[in-house]
Amino acid sequence: MISARGVGRRFGDKRVLRGVDLELPDGGFAVVTGPNGAGKTTLLRIVAGLALPSEGELHVGVTRERIGFLAHEPLVYRELTALENLELYGRLYHVPERRERIGMLLERFGLWDARHERVSTYSRGMTQRLALCRSLLHDPALLIMDEPYTALDGQGAELLDEQLRELRGQRTFLVSTHDPERIRRMATVELSL
Amino acid sequence: MNYLSDVGALTRKDLLLELRARDTLPAMLLFVASVFVVFHFSLPSGSSRAAASGLLWVAIVFTALLALGRAFVPEREQRTLDALVLAPCDRSAIWLAKSLATLAFLAAAEVVALPLFALFFHGLRWSTVAGVALADVGICTVGTFVGATAVVTRARELLLPLLFLPLAIPLIIGGVGASVVGDPARYLGFLALYDLLFALLCWAAFEYVVVE
Repeated sequence: MISARGVGRRFGDKRVLRGVDLELPDGGFAVVTGPNGAGKTTLLRIVAGLALPSEGELHVGVTRERIGFLAHEPLVYRELTALENLELYGRLYHVPERRERIGMLLERFGLWDARHERVSTYSRGMTQRLALCRSLLHDPALLIMDEPYTALDGQGAELLDEQLRELRGQRTFLVSTHDPERIRRMATVELSL
Repeated sequence: MNYLSDVGALTRKDLLLELRARDTLPAMLLFVASVFVVFHFSLPSGSSRAAASGLLWVAIVFTALLALGRAFVPEREQRTLDALVLAPCDRSAIWLAKSLATLAFLAAAEVVALPLFALFFHGLRWSTVAGVALADVGICTVGTFVGATAVVTRARELLLPLLFLPLAIPLIIGGVGASVVGDPARYLGFLALYDLLFALLCWAAFEYVVVE
């Protein structure tokens, strides 16, 4: 699914990611760890296609409609409701049976009752749950998650664990975290930057 | 069909955001009305039609600049451009939708601005309205492209006018020409050609602006 050889990235003179090698087969689960500034987010952005590597070779075996990306920021519009945000992304991804899929995800992540409320009124944890709904909406084959447990409360973290366990083996995961213990048992590959 | 549906969804999103936040259109209306009121009292009586026409185009370009400066603010503040770029739609759909939404705001401001101009100055010719309509298309297509380029930089408030105003000069020349000459067809044709050429360039090049 992902094959990286010496992938690196510079911004001017500053090197933010040094030669990364990674082989992640279909259904694999890679955990990326490292201190702040090690380049975890940069690596995830490069694999997602949001940034180009300055050096090295990268092959990602899926097109971008099969990639789900959960970033540091929730990537949703604060002045739209949860339903409007998911409707927008559902249309852009041409999700079949969009309404049913959106309803199922909102129910699952405990946002159904707040679906008509603007995201600006949500807590950080609720916004992160919505971000999870957005990244899973189009049933991606490759899930790229940057610190997915950020801001989630105990119940939200449990829901995410459950989702990851359910999809593990069926989908390919590339997950960065500061807390590798939580997901280490699911990992098939561990990459330390 | 998918392309048009993507553009429709993105345009609807931009209109809805403005309807909720009311950040752009009220500022545009206030600005353009203020400019006309101030110049109505400050221009010497008996000023020529050409001078008033120049004033109209200054007001339009700077009113548009207000809208263009805010066009990518939600995407910048909420980092949603990443999500739009990741979506499988053609990336030019993001530019086209944003241009259409900006065009809608500019047209709405002009629905108020043009009658005000006619009231305060020398009336309004059909060729001026046609020139404004054609220039709007050019302003929004080029301005949205430049806005997307500027939004990722730290000096975006400086960079947007710096890049946009030189590109808008042909539009001002065409617009003023269409407003004051007896036979405006040549100027209107020039504006239409500008619109076509720059819309094609922006459509083709937008992808390279939004990927790091």
